Amino acid sequence: MIYLDNAATTPHKPECVIAAVTAALSSMGNASRGAHEGSLAASRVVFEAREKVARLLGCGRADHVVFTCNATEALNIAIAGTVNAGDHVITTDLEHNSVLRPLYRLEAERGVSLGFVRADECGRPVYDDFERLLRPNTRTVVCTHASNVTGDVVDLRRVSAFAHEHGLLLIVDASQSVGCVPLDMTALGIDVLCFTGHKGLYGPQGTGGICVREGVDVRPWKVGGTGVSSFSHEQPTAYPTRLEAGTLNGHGIAGLSAALDFVAETGIETIAAHEAALASRFVEQVAAVDGVTVYGDALVPDHGCRTATVSINVRDYDSSAVSDALSQTYDIATRPGAHCAPRMHESMGTTDRGTVRFSFGWFNTAGDADEAAVAVREIAS
Amino acid sequence: MALVREQALVIAFDSTTAALAAERELGARGLPGRIIPLPREVSAGCGLSWKTPPSARESVTSALDEAGIPWVGAYELTI
Repeated sequence: MIYLDNAATTPHKPECVIAAVTAALSSMGNASRGAHEGSLAASRVVFEAREKVARLLGCGRADHVVFTCNATEALNIAIAGTVNAGDHVITTDLEHNSVLRPLYRLEAERGVSLGFVRADECGRPVYDDFERLLRPNTRTVVCTHASNVTGDVVDLRRVSAFAHEHGLLLIVDASQSVGCVPLDMTALGIDVLCFTGHKGLYGPQGTGGICVREGVDVRPWKVGGTGVSSFSHEQPTAYPTRLEAGTLNGHGIAGLSAALDFVAETGIETIAAHEAALASRFVEQVAAVDGVTVYGDALVPDHGCRTATVSINVRDYDSSAVSDALSQTYDIATRPGAHCAPRMHESMGTTDRGTVRFSFGWFNTAGDADEAAVAVREIAS
Repeated sequence: MALVREQALVIAFDSTTAALAAERELGARGLPGRIIPLPREVSAGCGLSWKTPPSARESVTSALDEAGIPWVGAYELTI
């Protein structure tokens, strides 16, 4: 099988990740639960993983790296823990349901109002909307770093400058970009960064987290056992314990820690260049095919930073039918449909059929891109 | 075997992360001690602390301060 659904998860984990998880499964105690060697060894693994995340993503403090089970949980915690009743929040049409649904729920339950920066017909953000949407009670901006539909990377410097000029908290969803393109939350002025471990970081599913800038208060979403301050009725206030009730996914974090080494040793610039070359190679071939529509920035000369995600449609075909043909006839794995980003499809006029998404990863080859392009050409013919 | 009690300095932290950062920093500096469960004299709740000889108080606490590792108290105890 040629796997081109790395934006959903990277299926091939580095050997060091497999080894780390395997070792943890036969030895690991419960982190932060006592001082015997089994627990301490687990605690050290988790601690080192925090340090690696902080280093990779430019988080000023390792103890402000909080582990969650995925980016969705991270975003739920970050959004519910910072937005207050009556607040106005600016977000974008590019967002995934992991941002939209927590916001819609606050809108319904806490009287929070929402403003959406539009995406144009190609799925690119209309940046001027940020200023246009500003209200006296605007408190927060929630923004993805990269679209999971088009692969376009949002200009976070611009978004951050807007947010900080107006004293707004900036929460960023880095699910699609972490490990794929360089990202430094301190340099970019990001207040809360939510990430996943099983996509561009090549870690196990069930890992993700939140990086919180020093001085930012995120209220706990879940409370419970922490291994510290057991007689207190309240959740401890210090990060990361504040947001980490219950046993962590220690086995997964052991794998994530090894994966972070893999990404750091390989180099994000190297990974980004390899993946971008594959995506460009694919786009150049399919764009020339009659009946193929490519979305986003991919065809724009001198386009900005992109992830290796490409969305297309073929003639007036349903994206599900195209993706199914790719799977059944060519053994190529892609993703059809809406990709949990409904507003993007409303902007691009693709609500009726979605798009076919090809997403390349470090373990893909030029041959994979070429075979996929040939398959698209045949389906379009 | 009966528990052997001795005089010790116990440094308490408010998070496991801080205790592990302390272990790393103090170990790198060759300072004595190890992580132990938080003794009841400090707090009846759970948690981790650093046990070291009382004579190391100054060197250990200043090392933690220099490294920016938060600690919540230093207690001389017979434990």
